[in-house]
Amino acid sequence: MNELLLVVTVAGERVALPAASVESVVELDTLIPVPRAAPHVAGLSALRSRVLTVIDCRRSLELGMTECPNGIREGAVVELDGHHYALIVDLVEDVIEALSDPSPVRAAMGPGWERVSQGMVETENGPLLLVDVAALIAGAEAKAA
Amino acid sequence: MDDLIADFVAECRDMLEALGGEIVAWEAEPDDRARLDNIFRFVHTVKGNCGFFDFPRLEALSHAAEDALADVRAGRRQADAALVSAVLAIIDRIGEMIAAIEAGEEFPAGDDSALIDALAPGAESHATPLAATVADGQGKAASAPRTIRLSVELLDRVMSTVSDMVLARNELARRLRESQTEVSVDGAFERLSAIIAEMRDAITRTRMQRIENLFVALPRMVRDLSAELGKQVLVDIEGGDVELDREMIEMIRDPLTHIIRNAVDHGIELPAERLKSGKREIGLLCVSARQSGNQILIDIQDDGRGIDGSKLAEKAIANGVIDKAAAAQLTAREQLALIFEAGLSTAKQVTAISGRGVGMDVVRSNVERIGGVVEVDSTPGQGTRMTLRVPLTLTIIPALTVSIGNQHFAIPRSAIEEIVRANGESVTLEHVGGAGIATIRGRRVPEVSLAEILGLESQVAETDRRLIVLRPAGGDVYALSVDRIHDHEELVVKPAAPAIMATGLYAGTTLADDGSPILLFDAAGLAEVGGIRLEAQERAARIAESAGAVAAPKAIPVLLFRSLDGSRRALRLAVVDRIEEVPVAAVKAAAGQLRVQVGEAILPLAGAHGSDLGTEKVRVFRLSDGAHEIGYAFREVIDFATIDNDVIHADSPGEINGVSLINGEPAELVDAHWLFANHVGAAAQGAEPLVCRLPTDDPWMQNMLRPIVEAAGYRVIGDADESHADLVIATQGDPISDAAHAIVLRDEREPAGKKDESIYRYDRAGLLTALKSVSAGRGK
Repeated sequence: MNELLLVVTVAGERVALPAASVESVVELDTLIPVPRAAPHVAGLSALRSRVLTVIDCRRSLELGMTECPNGIREGAVVELDGHHYALIVDLVEDVIEALSDPSPVRAAMGPGWERVSQGMVETENGPLLLVDVAALIAGAEAKAA
Repeated sequence: MDDLIADFVAECRDMLEALGGEIVAWEAEPDDRARLDNIFRFVHTVKGNCGFFDFPRLEALSHAAEDALADVRAGRRQADAALVSAVLAIIDRIGEMIAAIEAGEEFPAGDDSALIDALAPGAESHATPLAATVADGQGKAASAPRTIRLSVELLDRVMSTVSDMVLARNELARRLRESQTEVSVDGAFERLSAIIAEMRDAITRTRMQRIENLFVALPRMVRDLSAELGKQVLVDIEGGDVELDREMIEMIRDPLTHIIRNAVDHGIELPAERLKSGKREIGLLCVSARQSGNQILIDIQDDGRGIDGSKLAEKAIANGVIDKAAAAQLTAREQLALIFEAGLSTAKQVTAISGRGVGMDVVRSNVERIGGVVEVDSTPGQGTRMTLRVPLTLTIIPALTVSIGNQHFAIPRSAIEEIVRANGESVTLEHVGGAGIATIRGRRVPEVSLAEILGLESQVAETDRRLIVLRPAGGDVYALSVDRIHDHEELVVKPAAPAIMATGLYAGTTLADDGSPILLFDAAGLAEVGGIRLEAQERAARIAESAGAVAAPKAIPVLLFRSLDGSRRALRLAVVDRIEEVPVAAVKAAAGQLRVQVGEAILPLAGAHGSDLGTEKVRVFRLSDGAHEIGYAFREVIDFATIDNDVIHADSPGEINGVSLINGEPAELVDAHWLFANHVGAAAQGAEPLVCRLPTDDPWMQNMLRPIVEAAGYRVIGDADESHADLVIATQGDPISDAAHAIVLRDEREPAGKKDESIYRYDRAGLLTALKSVSAGRGK
């Protein structure tokens, strides 16, 4: 209860990331691509002399590519197993409080969303999908494995 | 040696410091067993080390104290105040001496017998150390360098912070370059840079240790082991200057020791056995370490009997490790890998040294726990190679930065053999069935384009690219073409995220001086993704499979030797079965040509024509074409080599069919086919195989003898067959039909009389000699 959530927009959907796992929100300008890596790995970027592995959330959900008209991408920095990642989203909105524990979503979601879903949480802005950061990072290929 | 002494001193100091409290407590309570044990352990350690370093006085002191304490521990003696004081006096004296050793000085002259005498039961207390020496000793100790022990975890943190600091400095440097700054700021920054660099070096050194520290104990260990086992083993150690994380060294100490023990115990044969199989009686054990990308590779290679993969598989089935169906599917390499399964040991005997069936599985799990890999490669009869690969994450790797288009990448410098221009002199680039082949100074190496591997657009024409010749760990060379080569840099490499490592191409990520991330390649991974076949054997096999595939350059392994007439010659390794040394008397002109008796065989001898054989021994290659054997006399083996250069063929057929440059000097290539054609072929020409008649109804003959006779090149017929037999084998007392030769077998071990020319039926050597002499005699 009372978990803080970071509300972001991915592929036009407002979803929530557990704020506790997000270190910071950054704007990335340069991206170094990683040839032959999985498609959702958008590339590498540097943040305060650390290497960030940049994950394109839309691609991870297989919902196309995140657009970045002016070359600036907004992303949430998270740490997983000692590696730092930046999750690129359409828009970072706000931090709000969860009003309930996550509960299963009983309606059918898109396949990408199904994979990363940790359930639905109530907030003062209405219900939001809570997204599993690790599943986002693992990307579409992990599902098959 | 100095290092060892320093270690010894440090260890003693630590123990002395720890003992400080114990001694006092023991004095108050002499019956306290735990304290007694601690003090006993200390004198015992000192005694053990002194024997090694030749400090006789220290040894005498510690030995005396150890004896007295052992008595107390065994209950033969009560610890009383007098004994406690005497032991304490000795410990004090040991402390003084250690301080003197540490300061690099002679011991204060003096006599320890009073202290030792004080230990005797009922002796009066002499617990008064020489005041002068005490003062002296303490003075020295204060000036000597002190050491402290730190947890590796703390060092890790410091190390990681320093790496971050280096990266932060790099970023600051970039910002400073971009903005106009005053000269004084630049100066201050330069100074900061220098300090950080120095600090990084120092910190790196605190965690790194030369692997020599691990290797230094090996010769002694192997010597002791081999002496115990009655073997002769020469240890060859290479790469002792490779630096490895201190903790890593500790982690690989046990696995390495175990592998070496195995190699000496099970791998290397007894001297007599080695001579018999044509090897030098001294076994060779090579231990080498090298850095490759973000890994340290430690090879342990012996030239012993090797591991029999099929035996391992049988054993694994017997022990229920795998089932039969799975065993049949195993490749040779997988069979060998079974050695790492729990509860497998191929040794026939369990020895005290190794081979209790626990071991290699523990080795593997220990190595894997630190993120390493252990691999085994073995050729039965020729030896075994174990390779430990241990990671070297979070470290500084010298690397070369290259680029494709606008993107930079780094390649570990350790994998780079050379860099050439694609359009340079003595370099040509060709395409064979779509695959690139670069010819660099006559050597053909497979070529791949980095741009192609990565699926990037290259903006540089193929001929303007640079070729980097890479040799990945344990593999063959290949050339990688890149657009541009930039700089050598020292990079702080960090492991990349799993999603990136999954490509198999990269060894890690790092930040360049300009603050942008750079991917570091794994040379072996690049080759794999690029479709380069690295393993020589595998490569040959695949070419045979598909004739349309790339005709990759194939080096022919040869044995380089000096013939009896002194010329430098080479024989294809595949035809040489083994090397024998025979007395000159064993070489005789018989049945029309020179023949040599080797063990129980008489072989036609080549290579000795018209040459002086010397007076004592002749060394002979035993060559085999699978069916026949011939000997080839020579003076000495020069080396193993490969023919990578063109062969200039001889004008007329003969013993020598061409010359080629091998290892930079011309060598004559011996035509093995010609040898066989002239020495064996002549004899066998136009003739059917020799015919041998065996009694059909004698099961022993049919089951036991027949295979031997057939192996000797005979066609076996039965009694009923009317055709002419060159040889008849019969049991003593049976009638012998017409035949040029007959071998009569008897059941008794000893001959019945002098005229009895029969052969004992289990005298295998005698039988084979008789069989061979018949076939050799036919050439007449």
